[in-house]
Amino acid sequence: MGELRLMKGNEALAEAAIRAGVDAYYGYPITPQSEIMEHLMAENPIKTTGMVVLQAESETASINMVYGAAAAGKKAMTSSSSPGVSLMQEGLSYIAGAELPCVVVNVVRGGPGLGTIQPSQADYFQTVKGGGHGDYKLITLAPASVQEMADFLKLAFDLAFKYRNPAMILSDGVIGQMMEKVELFDYIPRLSDEQVAENCPWATTGKKKGTQRRIITSLNLVPHLQEQFNQHLVEKYKTIQDTEVMCEQLDCEDADYIIVAYGSSARTSMKAVQMAREKGLKAGLLRPQTLWPFPIKQIQSHLSHAKGFLSVEMSAGQMVEDVRLAVNGKVPVEHYGRMGGMIASPADILQALENFKQSIN
Amino acid sequence: MENNILDQIIKPENCVFKKTRLLTDKPFHYCPGCGHGVIHRITMEVIEELGIEEQTIGVAPVGCAVMAYDYMDIDVQEAAHGRAPAVATGIKRVYPNKYVFTYQGDGDLAAIGTAETMHCCNRGENILIIFVNNGIYGMTGGQMAPTTLEGAKTATCPYGRDVSTMGYPIRITELVAQLPAVRFVTRQSVHTPAAVRKCKNAIKKAMQYQSEGKQGTCIVEVLSNCNSGWKMSPVQANKWMEENTFKYYQPGDIKDNFKLLKSPVIEQQ
Repeated sequence: MGELRLMKGNEALAEAAIRAGVDAYYGYPITPQSEIMEHLMAENPIKTTGMVVLQAESETASINMVYGAAAAGKKAMTSSSSPGVSLMQEGLSYIAGAELPCVVVNVVRGGPGLGTIQPSQADYFQTVKGGGHGDYKLITLAPASVQEMADFLKLAFDLAFKYRNPAMILSDGVIGQMMEKVELFDYIPRLSDEQVAENCPWATTGKKKGTQRRIITSLNLVPHLQEQFNQHLVEKYKTIQDTEVMCEQLDCEDADYIIVAYGSSARTSMKAVQMAREKGLKAGLLRPQTLWPFPIKQIQSHLSHAKGFLSVEMSAGQMVEDVRLAVNGKVPVEHYGRMGGMIASPADILQALENFKQSIN
Repeated sequence: MENNILDQIIKPENCVFKKTRLLTDKPFHYCPGCGHGVIHRITMEVIEELGIEEQTIGVAPVGCAVMAYDYMDIDVQEAAHGRAPAVATGIKRVYPNKYVFTYQGDGDLAAIGTAETMHCCNRGENILIIFVNNGIYGMTGGQMAPTTLEGAKTATCPYGRDVSTMGYPIRITELVAQLPAVRFVTRQSVHTPAAVRKCKNAIKKAMQYQSEGKQGTCIVEVLSNCNSGWKMSPVQANKWMEENTFKYYQPGDIKDNFKLLKSPVIEQQ
């Protein structure tokens, strides 16, 4: 049993970063995730694990600092919220193009523009459909508890290094700000420079005599070589889609109606499913833990018995498009959501589910 | 017969110049007469002479030197436009004992990357910034740069730079020199052999500062011609630079070991 603490989601993630042996955090304050850097600065891990924590001049600078450290083989991360993550899209595209492992955390707030500092899930498209320029994908983890804020930080780094690909933790203002019990994993030592050099034969750590220099770039002016590289990415993404999907299912086996929801919406939907079952409505919840890769097969596995899928999100309807693609017209798919920082209650979701049922029958 | 003559000539005792082994054999893509090739060479010579290539990581810009890594036989990261000082910060903070330098042009450093430049310098990141100032965007075909002189014609100021609407040519080197965490600031050029030797010494000194004494950012600005962009021959371009550019961007040391050597006041022309 690891150490138990009562923590905010943001703090749990920051604590997990220190314990996961992360080498560097570069960030810029923005609500509702500033506790991440505040916790790191207060813990001052340079004195214990040797982890660097630096407040940058902008999110643009933060993500490029992450680029530099990641390209030198180190475990580097940043965190922000929606407007700040928009500023990072340039860097994320370069990081994906240079195939660098790193972790970016987005504690999503409502938009567009400055929007609100209240929770939202309206950055789904930006995260899983691109955001920056060019054909690329972010491995996207969606925590639904303070526990997962901690656990997914470590998992995100493992996946990022396994595939040399940036990983995003797509959280939201509820998960970041709420306090829950969390079991913290034990400290994992940071890798030494020698271990980094051994683990990352691609990283720029200084050209050793008798070895080839190492170049980190996303530039390729020869069209057929760029296409070859794009093809390589396509194959890598296919492997990730085939092997790394994670999702949790609640009462889905015999469900007539399945709610698909992630993050804090999944937490509220859990209660709605319970209330529906008590009323005799056979509902289930499918909670994607990875938003990309999306749990396509897991959704399809219920097409034999499910009469419809309801995507519940704090947005105008974004993930619903991926649910529709997975269901492929076999049964009705609808969206229910609140926006602008408003949060649906379990009763709201139950009502939406009953309306959905009625619209089908 | 010809081979025999060459064999007689190519002997160690006849060697007057040798390319540093830290430049690759790939021919430069730069225009003939451009300063970039020379600046690449002296930078690599410095790294070879100091024997620090195993500890050195370079950061390349976006601009004419975007493919600097094709010519430098060391580990190099390619940064997004203007972001090199942030990338270098990221590297240096996790490898404080390695030598880190950026190689940037004036558009990269003094326009799109102004924030990254100022704050990297303000934190006193212990890196070397090699800042090549040719007063124009060369790579994209000769548009106005933040450093383009008043009245100078480019593709985006075809009637000459009008400072009333386009702003003044920015002396960013003088600006960052005033930041307390900046250690060494100098403006050099590569338009004559003597200038090249001085410039090399400045780069060497700045590189050595990374491992010596109090840490702070070092900037070596190198004035260079862009004869294609300026629409001149290389010889004309160097002459023009000496007669015009040097008046506004005066060569010489501006700050050394945290002490300003020149008045921080920037006088209007």
